[in-house]
Amino acid sequence: MERLRLEGVGKHFGAIRALDDVSLTLAGGEVLGLMGDNGAGKSTLVKIIAGNFRPSHGSIYLEGETCDFHRPRDAQRSGIEVVYQDLALCDNMSAASNVFLGRELKKSFGPVRIIDYRSMHRKAGELFAQLKSETRPRDLVRRMSGGQRQAVAIARTLLAEPRVVLMDEPTAAISVRQVAEVLELIRRLRDRGISVLLISHRMPDVFSVCDRIAVLRRGELVADMLTETTSPEEVTGLITGAIDSIQRVPA
Amino acid sequence: MTVSLEKAIGHSQHGTLLSRLMNQQVFWVFIAAALGCISLTLVTDTFATERNLFNVTRNFAFVGIIAIGMTTVIASGGIDLSVGASVVLSAVVIGVAMSSGLGFWPSALLALGASLLVGFVNGIVIAYLGIPPFVVTLGMLSLARSLALVLSNNRMIYEFGPDHDLLLALGGGNVLGIPNPLIVMVVLALVMSFVFRWTRWGQYVFAIGGNENAATLTGIAVQRTKVTIYMFSSFTAGVAGILMVGWLGSVTTNLGTAMELTVIAAAVIGGANLAGGEGTVLGAVVGALLIEVIRNSLILLGISTFWQGAFIGTFIVVAVAFERIRALRGQD
Repeated sequence: MERLRLEGVGKHFGAIRALDDVSLTLAGGEVLGLMGDNGAGKSTLVKIIAGNFRPSHGSIYLEGETCDFHRPRDAQRSGIEVVYQDLALCDNMSAASNVFLGRELKKSFGPVRIIDYRSMHRKAGELFAQLKSETRPRDLVRRMSGGQRQAVAIARTLLAEPRVVLMDEPTAAISVRQVAEVLELIRRLRDRGISVLLISHRMPDVFSVCDRIAVLRRGELVADMLTETTSPEEVTGLITGAIDSIQRVPA
Repeated sequence: MTVSLEKAIGHSQHGTLLSRLMNQQVFWVFIAAALGCISLTLVTDTFATERNLFNVTRNFAFVGIIAIGMTTVIASGGIDLSVGASVVLSAVVIGVAMSSGLGFWPSALLALGASLLVGFVNGIVIAYLGIPPFVVTLGMLSLARSLALVLSNNRMIYEFGPDHDLLLALGGGNVLGIPNPLIVMVVLALVMSFVFRWTRWGQYVFAIGGNENAATLTGIAVQRTKVTIYMFSSFTAGVAGILMVGWLGSVTTNLGTAMELTVIAAAVIGGANLAGGEGTVLGAVVGALLIEVIRNSLILLGISTFWQGAFIGTFIVVAVAFERIRALRGQD
């Protein structure tokens, strides 16, 4: 079942061609690894899907419907959530407050509407339990491990029953044990039928968790293949340009 | 599973009430202020007099009111150097309006309007043009004070028209022996403590101060919130300005000079973090209290007031160093 489809998506910044004619599909509950060197256009692609940029040409379809996102909020409403590279967490606030940031639950208190911390703590606790994370809703993010912080950022995406989650380098700056934790979190998302687009530099992570791997080079999609049909060596060749291009996905 | 979930939800990083208290900078500042008061009571026979306490509480109320606004700005990761100028602008506006025959309430609205406008301009320039708050409010400090000079023609105003007595009663009077400015400060402190903890606006102040980028990415209207934060800061300065006119019985254009530094000192001593994301209303009030106790004790002990800056300056550094040491220990 097709979830997200890009058709001929391109993005120009003045004379600079950041992304050129990229077509890609993502099925429900599929994890797609997006790889490429710095400046290959990975972040641009994610920002287009997330509604930060509008594509210069091409179209995006979500479950068959055309999408035209002007703002990140538009994408969020359609069920596209992003886990940003820096996680977009406020260190000075609790895990629950971060999960609900910008979408706080409220309750009536006499004539005014106040934040419903009790419900937020309960709901956040349930989300962390679903993710099998040991993160506690009341803990300050400042005191958390990298893996727990990831869990907070991922729990945030689960609030609105997302259809697609975009993850930008979630394993770039954390310890080995925490990487395993994050990969587990990605598998949990997949098990819930959520499609995940994982941007990563780390070959082992991509190979352990992704169903498919796509490679961008200088703004062009040079490969789109099932993980079991390729190897880290081949992907490296595609990233650097030693191998020109491969299309190996059954139509 | 459910048991551990309940435990996880209920878990708090803080232990008992006592250890929680001991972990707060504001607690230690309060202890310092309380010790100051106790020793002054024992050493001098002038401190614990009704008259002196009345003066102390009223003086500290002015700084405390603005320190609440300043703490909000600092918690959001900004700074407002223009509060002293907002004080004098508000005071001059109400003075000029009342001496021209206008009643107290319309004049007070004009004064508050003027201070809100100061904050609005600050906020717009900071949020939408992206100019650092330090620069913007430094410019506004000069601009607003200059406007006050122009408006008053640098004359002292001491006759306030038909509502003269009402103005003086509001600023200088008391209810059941409690000075009016102190009542205003306590009410403001209670309201803002509630707002900080229980409203979205309060949470967004801390979110912006903690990670502005995250606040933007999660869809918080960061720019609009910033404008309201600077307007609130100027508003507190405007309220203090009106009350100060009533207390002094006159407006001079040097009112509020260098007050921004005292107010920032109060906020920082009370635990507001200049890097943003931290600060409490109680801290602002207790910080202001400590500064006033220091000031008052120097006067009562017959020490030259020239020493005041040395004591306050030391306290700022000690308070922040204390916090830093505590934070380092907490990491182990």
